Amino acid sequence: MHPIRRRRLLLILGLVVGIGAATGLALTALQENVNHFYSPSEVLAGSAPEGRTFRLGGVVLEGSTRRDGGTLKAHFVVTDRFKNLQVEYTGILPDLFKEGQSIIATGILQAGGVFAASEVLAKHDENYMPKEVAEAIEKGKAQKAVEDGAPTP
Amino acid sequence: MNPVWRWFHQLGSPPYFYRFATRWMPWFGLSALVLSVIGLYLGMAKAPADYLQGDSFRIIYIHVPAAWMSMFIYVAMAVNGAIALIWRIKLSELLFLACAPIGAMFTAVTLITGMLWGKPTWGAYWVWDARLTSELVLLFLYFGVIGLASAYDDVRQGARAAAVLGLVGVVNVPIIHFSVKWWNTLHQGETIRIMGKSSIDSSMLWPLLIMALATKLYFVFALLLRARGMLLEQERNKQWVREVLSPPQIAGGRS
Repeated sequence: MHPIRRRRLLLILGLVVGIGAATGLALTALQENVNHFYSPSEVLAGSAPEGRTFRLGGVVLEGSTRRDGGTLKAHFVVTDRFKNLQVEYTGILPDLFKEGQSIIATGILQAGGVFAASEVLAKHDENYMPKEVAEAIEKGKAQKAVEDGAPTP
Repeated sequence: MNPVWRWFHQLGSPPYFYRFATRWMPWFGLSALVLSVIGLYLGMAKAPADYLQGDSFRIIYIHVPAAWMSMFIYVAMAVNGAIALIWRIKLSELLFLACAPIGAMFTAVTLITGMLWGKPTWGAYWVWDARLTSELVLLFLYFGVIGLASAYDDVRQGARAAAVLGLVGVVNVPIIHFSVKWWNTLHQGETIRIMGKSSIDSSMLWPLLIMALATKLYFVFALLLRARGMLLEQERNKQWVREVLSPPQIAGGRS
């Protein structure tokens, strides 16, 4: 290769690698701030900001949703399957909100350990399937639970 | 010389590229159109509704192929930018410049369809999570490349200056791709995996793959179309352009 072209090639490679390394270091340093939400385990371990608004993400625990009669107030538990956190929210929940579904709630952790949410967004996962397939999978799970002798949900 | 290399060298010559583009452009355009019609029909009418999202998931057939193209075109653009900087090949400069508006268009489509999808599923048009933010940065990078290139009076000089910016921006492409893996985001994780099993039912996957191919073919079509026009403008004083553009001399009067 011609020496001038070779030098340009090396310069460009150096530029791309250098920028990549600098960005990598910056993003690693900012890891905490780039994360969109905290899990219940992180919140209970004290890594979420105290007395400030932050986002909590996790799955709505099955059988935990309770609504106050006559109001829009809802109580539910958000879990990451390790730790649970009680959440309360007043307002209209998104269409995809249901038990077993992931959500991201914005709000403040109150003194009693209850997370007071001002906004609840539904998070969907990467699985796409027709209704029949989803039902078949559920049926298969229930069948397996019966065969294993575990109580059916 | 190896025939593939020879073809590449020939392609770098403006008159050869012009003839190549003129001959193949219609085929890329036509196949892109046919495949989009088939892909959209299968996706919108034939694929089953999603168990969770119902019919609103169908926007995946536009959103995901557009998102793939927004990154694919950026890489194609950066490769041409690097070739333009190292070897000073005129055609690479033009291809670099021609990629930017097409990529910006796909990025805008990705962001707009994503917002329309986000409202009914998440409950919000926009959140500042890592995936959405890095894709927005990609749009600004495309705008930066277009703006910087057009700030120069000399097209070749502008292309080389913008190529440096384009190469710096390459760092954003892996960030977009891995953002859903590296950080907690509201945006979902990967559905389609090249290695391993995709987490989408095969009845829903096929229209998506057809649309992915259709958008690739459209990109080649649009790239050839743009680069061909830019080439004619840049080489307007050359003999070959005069020959191409002058009306054919018909011997023997009217035909």
